[in-house]
Amino acid sequence: MNEVILIYLVTLLLAWPLGLYIARIYQTGSAPLDRVFLPIEKGVYKLMGVNPNVDMHWKHYFKILIIFHAFLALVVFLILRFQGHLFLNPDQIPNMSWDLALHTALSFLGNADQQHYSGQAQLSHLAQGTGLVTMQFVAPAAGIAILFAILRVLFKTKENVEQGLVGNFYQDMIRAIVRLLIPLAFILSVILTSQGVPSSYQAAAQVETLESSEEQAIPLGPVSPMVAIKQLGTNGGGWYGANSAVPLENPTAISNFFEAMAIMLIPMALVFALGYFSGRKKLATVVMGVMLSLSVVSSSLAIYSENQPNAATAEWSHQANMEGKEVRIGETATALWGAWATQTGNGSVNGMHDSFNPIGGLVVMSNMLVGAIFGGIGFGLVLFLAYMMLAAFLGSLLIGRTASFMNKPLEGHEMKLLAMVFMLQPFVLLVFSGLTLAMPALSGISNPGYHGVTQVIYEYTSAFATNGSGFEGLGDDSVWWNLTTAVTILLGRFVPMFLVLATVVSLVSKKATPSTRESLQIETPTFALVIILLIAFAFLSYLPFIVFGPIAEWVSLINH
Amino acid sequence: MQQMTYESKTETYVKPFQGVLVIMALCGLLYPGIAVLLNQTLFPSQATGSLIYVGGKAVGSKPVGQHFSSPAYFHSRPSAADYQPFNLGGSNLAPSNPELQALVAERAKALLDQTTAQKGEIPVDMLTASGSGLDPHISPLAAEIQISRVATSRNLTKAVVQELVGQYTQQPLFNVLGQPRVHVLALNMALDTLSEQVQP
Repeated sequence: MNEVILIYLVTLLLAWPLGLYIARIYQTGSAPLDRVFLPIEKGVYKLMGVNPNVDMHWKHYFKILIIFHAFLALVVFLILRFQGHLFLNPDQIPNMSWDLALHTALSFLGNADQQHYSGQAQLSHLAQGTGLVTMQFVAPAAGIAILFAILRVLFKTKENVEQGLVGNFYQDMIRAIVRLLIPLAFILSVILTSQGVPSSYQAAAQVETLESSEEQAIPLGPVSPMVAIKQLGTNGGGWYGANSAVPLENPTAISNFFEAMAIMLIPMALVFALGYFSGRKKLATVVMGVMLSLSVVSSSLAIYSENQPNAATAEWSHQANMEGKEVRIGETATALWGAWATQTGNGSVNGMHDSFNPIGGLVVMSNMLVGAIFGGIGFGLVLFLAYMMLAAFLGSLLIGRTASFMNKPLEGHEMKLLAMVFMLQPFVLLVFSGLTLAMPALSGISNPGYHGVTQVIYEYTSAFATNGSGFEGLGDDSVWWNLTTAVTILLGRFVPMFLVLATVVSLVSKKATPSTRESLQIETPTFALVIILLIAFAFLSYLPFIVFGPIAEWVSLINH
Repeated sequence: MQQMTYESKTETYVKPFQGVLVIMALCGLLYPGIAVLLNQTLFPSQATGSLIYVGGKAVGSKPVGQHFSSPAYFHSRPSAADYQPFNLGGSNLAPSNPELQALVAERAKALLDQTTAQKGEIPVDMLTASGSGLDPHISPLAAEIQISRVATSRNLTKAVVQELVGQYTQQPLFNVLGQPRVHVLALNMALDTLSEQVQP
């Protein structure tokens, strides 16, 4: 328990100054450590042949973001497809099938990092250490870029935003990579290797085991550089198949502490950054209040659940659920990790979610259905803004005022765009889950009964939330699963991004409505409560899912 | 600040592609390359798999567990991967899965038979498979129930083995981080050394 409190506190304390630092990076004028970083940035711009001082119209900004992502996906797809013939492949890993390569490339592109393969056995050092690592930097950087483009518009921190000029995509992305992600990842990589995470380009080491003198191959690679950015960038796609449960990827209690902290650090810091960047600390307090309360409730439930015995072992032992968990980490730190990695868009695991007790499984899935209890880096706050605008709309109507947000009227056009954001998720999840469950030959379910239903729904939920964790027993490396989840990830990531940006641009181009004492105040605890209620309502639309899956499994085990 | 002339094909297609290559060189080659160089300089053993040598021969990797079956060794946890790292992973069996219930019952009976474990008090880590299939540790209780078996088959007194287990039990860092645990491979290597000293 002390471990849990300690990690919440330390992460909050580090996120605070980091948030200020991030805000300074994106404010006009000078930023900390310009002397070090400006020359690097200039070099990168020069090599890329772009002028970072040119403001882009929002549609162009988004178009360049999409084209950049498309080229990146193409290059990584080709690396995966032909890794067998390429360099940095000391373990002679063969080429990937087209559908798995496509799914992998799109999944890392969308910050989901859902994995339908086992890294150490199916990917070369080039594929993981270069292709996927690049995506693990670009995805969170793009999330931060789009977030600050939206915040600039919303808080008019730049001239000409009314004409739709939101900033320069290259500059926004490069600054996040050069000034935030690479330095933090570098430090974390060194800490992790000090604990025993491999960091080399050698082939697997061979040992002969003590008792039977059998060959045991120890897979190596540039593991710690990848694990560092995997944890920091709400990515979640690890080097080894079982992610941070694998002692080579997460060897000690210290590595577990730092890796867990890294899950939450930047998502939390961005809420502080919101306050500093907009100059509206009360607004950031409301956001942090909502996110943190939901986080604490969800983490507590998960920890409670995993401290109960597994139904299969209860007859023999009164101890907690250790199926799929590691001794050095223990049930509490595993449950906390599971909760944090799904409250954010991270989706890494240090224990197997498929073997969680039903309520633990329910918690991690619910976190992803909400999607914005912190969420993916940048993207989570963007979604949260959508929740806020919807809450402002409903709240204003409830008190009989003209609906407005930040003193601008919320009208038909904005509400249509927002409605699409919130309708897309149930639509995609219902259609794909329904189709898959209707075709047992395609479903790949590995656990019988209610739990099997949860396996399917979890996979699509995780894809849409661009989380990437899984109920990993699922046989998901098939053409059907690879294609449908890849589509789900693309829809879940890029459509809401575009819709919220469009909403905000449309909103600020309007004439301000005068704010009176009677209009809805959004910087209050009451409004925070309205947001929580709204999130609860949105969540309730998935009640049938939840009842047929984890709740039914839970009840069946009680009566057992 | 100026507005972009973004109609040109170069700006729309060539520049993003050029950008992808530059970013990939920066994030995918330069960053991991420098990190690997630095890590290998600072922590040469950890960076290359933390191998454990006995007489010049690599017998294991510190973070990777091994399978033990002889009664003279402490046994590791059940593994869904048979301790083969290229095949690693958990069982991913749900608590409601009858297959898991059958597996656990089988393990429980074997433990009641071969160790001093009591029904209802069996250390749960010996009933369940780890997440990685490579867990190098067991809980102190899981070591304790095996002491009698190991001592008997090595002709050692229980007190001696008990003391060794005590030496190899690690406590949580600052009493906060992590769990009490015993590194199975390290303990078994120490056992071999001890046996050689007693019966050279």
